[in-house]
Amino acid sequence: MTTTLDQQSTTGSPADPEADVPDAAPDPWRGFQGQTWRDTIDVRDFVLANVTPYEGDASFLTGPTARTTRLWDRVTALFPAERERGVLDVDTTTPSTITSHAPGYIDVEDEIVVGLQTDAPLRRAIMPNGGLRMVKDGCAAYGYTLDPDVERFYSAHRKTHNQGVFDAYTPAIRAARRAGIITGLPDAYGRGRIIGDYRRVALYGVDALVAVKRRERAGLDAQPSLPDVVRDREELAEQVRALGELVDMAGSYGCDVRRPARTAYEAVQWLYLAFLAACKEQNGAAMSLGRTSTFLDVYLERDLAAGLLTEQGAQELVDDLVIKLRSVRFLRTPEYEALFSGDPTWVTESIGGMALDGRTLVTRTSFRYLQTLYDLGPAPEPNLTVLWSTALPQGFKDFCAQVSADTSAIQYENDDLLRAHHGDDTAIACCVSAMEVGRSMQFFGARVNLAKTLLYAINGGRDEVTGEQVGPVLPPLDGDVLDADTVVERLDAMMDWLAATYVDALNVIHYMHDKYAYERLEMALHDYPVRRTMACGIAGLSVAADSLSAIRHASVRPVRDITGLVTDYVVDGTYPVYGNDDDTADDVAAWLVRTFMTKVRAQRTYRDAVPTQSVLTITSNVVYGRHTGPTPDGRRGGEPFAPGANPMNGRDRHGLMAAALSVAKLPYEDALDGISLTATVTPSGLGRTREERVRGLVGILDGYTASGGFHLNVNVLDRATLLDAMEHPENYPQLTIRVSGYAVNFVRLTREQQLDVVHRTVHGEL
Amino acid sequence: MVLDARLVAVRPGPGTPGPADDGALAAVDGAVHSWDLSTGVDGPGTRFVLFTAGCPLRCLYCQNPDTWTERRGVRTSVGDVMARVRRYRTLFDVTGGGVTVSGGEPLLQQRFTSTLLRACKAEGISTALDTSGALGVRADDATLADVDLTLLDVKCADPARYRRLTGGDLDPTLRFARRLAVLGRPTWVRYVLVPGWTDDVDEVAPLADFLAGLGVVERVDVLAFHRLGAAKYAALGIEEPLARTPGPTIGSLEAVRAVFRGAGLAVT
Repeated sequence: MTTTLDQQSTTGSPADPEADVPDAAPDPWRGFQGQTWRDTIDVRDFVLANVTPYEGDASFLTGPTARTTRLWDRVTALFPAERERGVLDVDTTTPSTITSHAPGYIDVEDEIVVGLQTDAPLRRAIMPNGGLRMVKDGCAAYGYTLDPDVERFYSAHRKTHNQGVFDAYTPAIRAARRAGIITGLPDAYGRGRIIGDYRRVALYGVDALVAVKRRERAGLDAQPSLPDVVRDREELAEQVRALGELVDMAGSYGCDVRRPARTAYEAVQWLYLAFLAACKEQNGAAMSLGRTSTFLDVYLERDLAAGLLTEQGAQELVDDLVIKLRSVRFLRTPEYEALFSGDPTWVTESIGGMALDGRTLVTRTSFRYLQTLYDLGPAPEPNLTVLWSTALPQGFKDFCAQVSADTSAIQYENDDLLRAHHGDDTAIACCVSAMEVGRSMQFFGARVNLAKTLLYAINGGRDEVTGEQVGPVLPPLDGDVLDADTVVERLDAMMDWLAATYVDALNVIHYMHDKYAYERLEMALHDYPVRRTMACGIAGLSVAADSLSAIRHASVRPVRDITGLVTDYVVDGTYPVYGNDDDTADDVAAWLVRTFMTKVRAQRTYRDAVPTQSVLTITSNVVYGRHTGPTPDGRRGGEPFAPGANPMNGRDRHGLMAAALSVAKLPYEDALDGISLTATVTPSGLGRTREERVRGLVGILDGYTASGGFHLNVNVLDRATLLDAMEHPENYPQLTIRVSGYAVNFVRLTREQQLDVVHRTVHGEL
Repeated sequence: MVLDARLVAVRPGPGTPGPADDGALAAVDGAVHSWDLSTGVDGPGTRFVLFTAGCPLRCLYCQNPDTWTERRGVRTSVGDVMARVRRYRTLFDVTGGGVTVSGGEPLLQQRFTSTLLRACKAEGISTALDTSGALGVRADDATLADVDLTLLDVKCADPARYRRLTGGDLDPTLRFARRLAVLGRPTWVRYVLVPGWTDDVDEVAPLADFLAGLGVVERVDVLAFHRLGAAKYAALGIEEPLARTPGPTIGSLEAVRAVFRGAGLAVT
């Protein structure tokens, strides 16, 4: 179905905006080039027709205005109390909707871009649709009590996503979930990882979007009213309703988003209000922004050219937007924090990249977004994500590397891979999940514990910690020494069971999420029909790979308890280790990725979502490790896994680049939801001077990208800094580090996680 | 037990033909300690750094005591090294890097090192040689022609102190430096600042003048003494000679850098 713009829009057709604008308001599309985007909803076409690629360096940038600094100071003044209490404040009485809260301001006199999630900055809202217990626990964890009326209502009158899921879970799913072989599932919290195309509100205005949605809805009238069709009709109706609420909410801030934005300021404001509406409606595990910098650059360039704006004014707008993005907060539980630490929101913004026609999509505003890390200081949010290609302009490469070396706050994804697989209007949701903005979405699936799966294979489906039979009953392996071929055969069978149980769980979760916590506003900013992926994931890859390598190349003797359960391993001899650009070991890791993906692909998925997987753990590698017994690679029971696709800590012995090349061998086509590598390098490990460090880091990024590596978090830090920050957190309020896929304030991590970060391999100079 | 993977398995990649005389490269071997891919510290770009085993010096401040003797190395053929080097061609191209032969002292195994350097140049790969110059006489002119960049460690400016600090003589290093000058070979000098040993600016001044006069020294890296190799001494059961020596102050580093800079040298 096409998304042709409707000519019967209530307040005028964006294709001919002047027709319905009786006053002398400027044509919102004055000066813009291109046609396709005028006829259909097609922001990509708009960007390509109007982008002004920027090949220069960072010298044009300006610092913050006094107003920006003043406003930001008002927000940061709230941080100490928030850090101390965990939250600054919670509104426990008002379940959040797009229109639930009266307008809120940081400083109404001083703000440019307006709009807060609740009526006060950093005050958190409740969103019980995902699950009532999560809200109750979230309130209780910080000394608040959920309003009894709200609790009564959601107990007696309104079912939640969480309730729905547990009504439909099977005993097998519950057992796997309890054992921690499948964990982190979004069955009690919002799934997130859906990016509304917030640019559409700025470019087209809501009226035009509503008109298109109505036509899409009408297009289903001729089809028989069977479940799939009825659900789509209802969802489209809800999308239209949500767009109406967006208009009302924006109106409360004095913004008429029914019409397209006419200026750069309005473009920023309209786009932000659309994003804000999503944040008011959903407490998603990742509320990503998309790919907005180059879109907004078109508006900024137009106003700069017209003399309506100076560079200082342009930067001020971007800074103000980023202050708002840094102020996004969600109420979460301590259990959630254990998985995803540091209060992350994953307001991921994808910057840079190349167009399919060979031009760069780097603009001055790509620089301006990164400049916020100087103007406002380093911060984990928004999650600034550079889409890196070896073909990027040198000036941009150098600036990225410089900002990384100075702030450790950028992550990188391989734009050459993204472009080939997802096109050139791709954005990252959360950490590494690629989606074409407004055209595809994912059903977030957390991850399974591959290391534990291997232990199940050895123990015939029994859990090595509890002894409970969780997986299918297979004869346990006997003999004094593990035989590699037998272990691989059993692992294969165990992965069959795991993939089936896992996707079964995800099908339940996303059925219920669509039913009870549907992302109305975000989905209103997508095409119909949308492409869906079922984003599975694996954790413990390096542990599983090294374990298999040890079983094959060394001698691994299982240690059994009186029930025959293998509870420990004795490893004799040496074996090739993943993370050293050693094909023997790296091939095992690649085999694991490929094999599990094959098994996931064999499953039937809810709404025919296309299965994908990621190799990503965020900070959950600590929790996964804690719940996993000793492994045949010599890892002790409870010891953290390496994060994401990282080699095990300390086992990569040939430098950052050798480790990166091992990770680059993992097949992206079998992990289209992303492969994450987090690397920490000391400043002197990049070069002797600031210029050399920039050049060195650019080289590493180019080399990794050219070798097919997908994602890289770079921390440029001394271990001594981290240790000092653990002892004196008050001195490091803005110390930002990258942890597989996102950035966090180091001082907001738990002590266990801080130690995990400190113990990770630091590549430096000896 | 984790394998300290040295020249671990390399799957021959498509489109990376070796030179016709791979047989000859297989016939020359040397004692290799380890390898690394490093950035920014062993020459320009990202580099494959091969650490050979064995060194004639016993510098008090050495942080790699595990590279002192050849018997701690693994016999490895030049052919095997090149099989690994070839897979980093893209990396070298993209980053402006290449191969650095370090040690130990690479010229202790002159034939192995020369063959490796020749093999790299034959395949158009940029090379660097990290040496103290103590055995510089062993490198003939043809070998030096295969070295695009010499990283010359000048450990101390005073001959008597040099002997106490390293167990060897300064003179061969100075002679080697003069040869590099005569041959016009680009050189980066490394000078490790060890408090109480090499931080006397009056001693550094004549060395700086000497180096500046060579005309081939493109830069001087003044490096701070550190004790990151303490664990290696402990593991080897060797007493760490400078266990009580602190790292240099920023002030003394800057003072020494100023001397080199004052002689007209580029300093980092």
